[in-house]
Amino acid sequence: MIIEKIFNKWILLFLFTIPVFGFVFEEPYYITLTTKVVILGIAGIGLNLALGYCGLISFGHAAFFGIGGYVTGILSFHALNSELMFSWPFVSSGSSDMLVIWPIVILSSAFLALIIGLLSLRTTGVYFIMITLAFAQMLYFFAISWPNYGGEDGLSIYMRNSLPIINTMDPLTFYFICLFWLLVVIFISAKLINSSFGMAFQAIKQNEERVKSVGIETFKVKLLVFVISGTITGLAGSLYTDLNRFISPSVLNWQMSGEIMIFVILGGIARLYGPIVGAAFFIVLEQTLGGYTENWQFWLGLILILEILYVRTGILSLFEKKFKYEK
Amino acid sequence: MSSILFFEQLLNGIQFGTMLFLMSAGLTLIFGVMGLINLAHGSFYMIGAFSAALIASLTGSFWLALLASLSGAAIAGVLIEIFIIRRLYRRDHLDQVLATFALILLLSEGVRWCFGAFPLYLDIPENLNGTLPILDDIIYSKYRLFIIFMGLLIAAGLYILITKTRLGVRIRAGQNDRQMISALGIDISKLYTIVFALGASLAGLAGAMIGAIQSVEVGMGEPILILAFVVIVIGGIGSIKGALIGSILVGVTDTIGRIFLPEFLKVFMEPASATSVGSSIGSMLIYILMALILIIKPSGLFGKT
Repeated sequence: MIIEKIFNKWILLFLFTIPVFGFVFEEPYYITLTTKVVILGIAGIGLNLALGYCGLISFGHAAFFGIGGYVTGILSFHALNSELMFSWPFVSSGSSDMLVIWPIVILSSAFLALIIGLLSLRTTGVYFIMITLAFAQMLYFFAISWPNYGGEDGLSIYMRNSLPIINTMDPLTFYFICLFWLLVVIFISAKLINSSFGMAFQAIKQNEERVKSVGIETFKVKLLVFVISGTITGLAGSLYTDLNRFISPSVLNWQMSGEIMIFVILGGIARLYGPIVGAAFFIVLEQTLGGYTENWQFWLGLILILEILYVRTGILSLFEKKFKYEK
Repeated sequence: MSSILFFEQLLNGIQFGTMLFLMSAGLTLIFGVMGLINLAHGSFYMIGAFSAALIASLTGSFWLALLASLSGAAIAGVLIEIFIIRRLYRRDHLDQVLATFALILLLSEGVRWCFGAFPLYLDIPENLNGTLPILDDIIYSKYRLFIIFMGLLIAAGLYILITKTRLGVRIRAGQNDRQMISALGIDISKLYTIVFALGASLAGLAGAMIGAIQSVEVGMGEPILILAFVVIVIGGIGSIKGALIGSILVGVTDTIGRIFLPEFLKVFMEPASATSVGSSIGSMLIYILMALILIIKPSGLFGKT
C-alpha cells in the first residue's frame, strides 16, 4: 500500500511535467499524447469503479464514452452552425460553452447508465457481460444509421468548445483542463471507495449474498455504482470529442469497450491510478510499435494474453515486486 | 407485390438465422460444457472463410473450399484450445473475456499479415447460381436456399449427435457436472478439445458460406459474433434449442424490421424522416427484443434459472 502511494505521487509528477517539457521544447505532439492518456485514464477510472471495485464486468462502457462524446459534438455542432436544435419544450440551438456542455453530458450519461443499469443488473455473470455489450452495440448501430449527425462518417466541429476567459484552443491549457478533471475524478473516487457506501460495493464484489443478509439492498448499491461509473466515462468522452474536434461512431464500437477494459487490467484492477498507467502503456505501445509495424495490435494481443495468463495483476504490481526485491 | 416481398424477406431472415445458428450453437456449447465465454469465436468464422477462399483459389472447387473451412477452423480451434484456452477454464469470466479479446487482436492481425488488407472473393458454384421458382410467382436465390438447407441439416445433425451418440452423452454430462464425469474416468481435457474444435468448425463453415455472398475480409467475424451473443442471451446460455429458436427469431426480426419499419412509419410520418427514423430503429430492433425478453425472463427463453 505504501509503495502504491509512492507510485501514485510519481504518476502525478509525470502528468504535471511531461506536457510542460513538451511545451518548452516545442513538441506539441507530446502534449496531445499526454492529453489522450489523461482522458482515457478518466474513462478507465470510471470503469474501474464498476469493474474493479464492485465486480460488475461491463463490456459496454463505450456507450457512455460515446454518449458523452456525441452530446458534446451535437451541442457544439448546432451552436457553431447557429442551427435550431429543438423548439420544444424550450428553444435551444446548442452551446459551445464547456460550462453548459459538461452538466448536460453528466446528466445524459448518468441517465443512460441508469436505463442500461436498470435492465442489465437484473442479470449476473455472463449475461451481464453480453447485455452491456449488446446495449453499446445498439447505440453504435443507431449512430451509424442516424443520418442527421454524419452517420458513419462522424461529425466534425471546427472549433473546440470554449470556457470564459481561458483559451481552450491552446494545447497546454486544454491539457490542464483535462488534468483538472482527472484530479476531480480521482478525488471523488477515493472518497467513494473509503466511504461506507464504498465498503458496501466492495463487499458485493466479494460476496453479494452476505451483503444482502446484512440488510443492504445490493441492487440499489450496484445501480448507483454503475451510474457513477458511466457518468465518469461519459465525461471522458466529452473531453475526447473536444480534443479531436471530431466524433464518429467508432468510439461507440465494442473495441472501445474492450480498450477501456484493457486500461483497467493493464494498470492493475481495483487500483485508483491503475487505469492511467494502463492508458499510458497503451498509448506508448501504439506510438512505438505503430512506428515499426502496421500490425502493432498483434503484439498488443500477445502482451495482453501473456499478462492474463502469467502476470495477472497489472503493470503496477510488477513495479511493486521489483521495488520490494531491491530493498 | 408486398406479400411476395414479405415472403422473400422472410426467407432472407431465415437464411440469416440459420447462419447465426451455426455461430451461436458453438458458442453456447462451449459455454455450456466448459463454462468459457469465447469472444474469439468470430475469429474462427473469419479463419473458415479465409481457408475456403485460399483452397478455392488453388483448386477452383467450392466443395473442397467448404471442406477446407471446416477443417481449417477445426485445426485452428484445436491449436488455440491446447495452447491458450485450456488455461482459462478455471479463471473467472473477466480473464476469459480479456484473453479472448486479446486473441481477436492476435488472430485478426495475423490473418491480415498473411493475406493482406484487401477483401478476397469466393465464387458460388455454377449449379447453385441463379434462382429457383418456389410456389406460384415467388422466385428465390438457389444459393440462399442451399444455405438454409445446410443450416437445417447441421441442426438435425447436432440434435442426433447430442441425443443419440456416446459423445453426446458425454457432452450433456459435462454440462451437468464436470467433476463427476472426470471422476468416472472420462478424459475431460480431450472432450473439451473436441467440443471446442466442433464449435470452431461450425463457425468456420458459416464464415465460408456467408463469405461467398459477401466478401472475405479481416474483421468479418465480429459483427456476427455480437449477434450470436444476442441470440444466446435470448435463447438461454447453454441451450442448443434456445440457440436455434433465438437465431431464427433474431434473423427474421432483423431482416424484416429493417425493410418494413420505414414502410410502416410512412403511414404516420413524411417519407424522408420515416426512412431515417425507420432504418435507425430497425437496426436497434433485435436489441430491443433482447431487452424485452430479459425483462420477462432474465435467464433467456430456455435458460436454467
